[in-house]
Amino acid sequence: MAHFNPSLLRRRRRNEVVLRSLGFGALALAALMLALLVGSLVSTGWQAFTQTHIRMEFPVTAERVKPDDIAKGNFRALVQDAMQAALPGLPAPEARKLAAMLSNAAQFRLRDAVLADPALIGRTVTLTVPVSDPYDQLAKGQIDRATPEANRRLKDTEVAAFDTLAAEGRVSQPLNWALLTNADSRFPELAGLRGALVGSFYALATCFLLAFPLGIGAAIYLEEFAPKNRLSDIIEININNLAAVPSVVFGLLALAVFLGWFGMPRSSPFVGGLTLALMTLPTIIIATRAALKAVPPSIREAALGIGASRQQVVFHHVLPLAMPGILTGTIIGLAQALGETAPLLLIGMNAFITASPATPFDASTALPTQIFLWADSPERGFAARTSAAILVLLAFLAAMNALAIFLRARFERKW
Amino acid sequence: MQTPSKISAQGVNVHYGTTQALKDVSVEIAPATVTAFIGPSGCGKSTFLRCLNRMNDTIAGCRVQGRITLDGQDIYAPSVDPVQLRAQVGMVFQKPNPFPKSIYENVAYGPRIHGLARGRVELDEIVEKSLRRAALWGEVKDRLDAPGTGLSGGQQQRLCIARAIATAPEVLLMDEPCSALDPIATAQVEELIDELRATFAVVIVTHSMQQAARVSQKTAFFHLGSLVEFGETGQIFTTPRDPRTESYITGRIG
Repeated sequence: MAHFNPSLLRRRRRNEVVLRSLGFGALALAALMLALLVGSLVSTGWQAFTQTHIRMEFPVTAERVKPDDIAKGNFRALVQDAMQAALPGLPAPEARKLAAMLSNAAQFRLRDAVLADPALIGRTVTLTVPVSDPYDQLAKGQIDRATPEANRRLKDTEVAAFDTLAAEGRVSQPLNWALLTNADSRFPELAGLRGALVGSFYALATCFLLAFPLGIGAAIYLEEFAPKNRLSDIIEININNLAAVPSVVFGLLALAVFLGWFGMPRSSPFVGGLTLALMTLPTIIIATRAALKAVPPSIREAALGIGASRQQVVFHHVLPLAMPGILTGTIIGLAQALGETAPLLLIGMNAFITASPATPFDASTALPTQIFLWADSPERGFAARTSAAILVLLAFLAAMNALAIFLRARFERKW
Repeated sequence: MQTPSKISAQGVNVHYGTTQALKDVSVEIAPATVTAFIGPSGCGKSTFLRCLNRMNDTIAGCRVQGRITLDGQDIYAPSVDPVQLRAQVGMVFQKPNPFPKSIYENVAYGPRIHGLARGRVELDEIVEKSLRRAALWGEVKDRLDAPGTGLSGGQQQRLCIARAIATAPEVLLMDEPCSALDPIATAQVEELIDELRATFAVVIVTHSMQQAARVSQKTAFFHLGSLVEFGETGQIFTTPRDPRTESYITGRIG
């Protein structure tokens, strides 16, 4: 203790406290940002997870719908008839105009019901149908009744009519499954993510089937077999550079090569998947090489020492041990690809498509491009749906990362 | 009467890039004999050992010159497949390195890739025989499906020996096989080496002169990449001819 210096000790302790609190502060800031992001998304997006519905009785008359040609029936007029019957206090022309309260889908639901069961003609059909977007906003309190009528999206008569129907207990607000089961639509109350989900699935599947074997093959060759010379150095540097190329550049490449030269179908998830595979390849190659490098050399020596060929060393020993790392890298690469927007915009995956793609070669959107489309739409209902779609995308990303963690833990637990 | 050598090395030079690791080394390895290579760190004894089963081939930039024969056949001849050679000349490494597989799979791997067993019964026999010869059977016979990496250090090293002898090699190379083991495990492995001598030519690299004196019949002393002295172990340790050997044995260099 002869050379003990109290001020030195104090300074060292202070430095440690400062370092620790800086680290904690950074972590807290990151957590706060995440909370803000999710909080703002939830606060605008939660409304999209329910949809106001209204129960109406539709008198199906033979006068409007001819039994011998049901598909040509005037279902639009039937919806107006129903509204007129539901609002007896209003003059008929005004009441019929209020049929706009119901989603455009009401007439088609009615038609489908009658087509399925022609015996309904002459009877009254009760259906619960979505209300159109302005009324959905009214029900969710997004339209303030105190605003002067001139500045309000819905006029006094429209609000009064909705309130009358609500007072009769016709209005309900169930979970909005249409958000996941419907494809895109011009009408917010009908718009859903099905097309985007299926499109993203096809694109990711294409991307995985292409990038996973190619990436692992390239990494194994570079790591285990390629001679270490100037050429392999150049290849290595360029693969690392490719991982840092802005994704929009890959989109331009895909536009020129896949669509321009090869004439592949525009807006199709298959081409989207090819484009994403270009982007994901370097990530998978780098992750795989790192995982291969991390396998202890003693295992290679042991296998070589009892007369295994290099190919046997790689496939019997090194690759199985590197698998957790490879899978983690692949899933992180795919998660990146799932959220990628720019290259998909360039190959036209932001088209307005109202049906979900039946094959990977049909036009469709993907989750991020669907978000892009909705964010661009003026209707009030799309604002909430944009946030809801982002939450769905984040949920998928979180699920993929959880899968990566699970796979790593599972494969590593074995030994 | 001189017995023919199992391995004969003449004028072996090894370069790593531009540095010369071995200078003109000539050694005769006799069958059914334990030959020890001793010498200070970096003297080239491990490098020479790795020439004998062409493990140096796997190191980029390593060049081997000279002539090494196994039973009269040049092992560096173009017609020789190094992979096949390594099945004939088994190797045990410094650090026990069992595969992260079951004990059974560790031993069965070599016979399996070389097609030494026709069917499961024969493979079972080879595994049992190899583990018995490595003096490990009694300790592991009830848990052959347990991971090899779960054994103790000494058991792991004996598992590696079992793995090496399972391919029925003619020569067994051991690169400091006891340097990571405690004295009890070391004694077990040394006893094992003495038993293995009956069937194999054993070449052992060791840092421990006591170990060389205990297990070997022939000793080669390497210094700075050259073979300084090679002879009967008793003679090397009692009446060394070269002053450098004497200095090393008496602890003045190394």
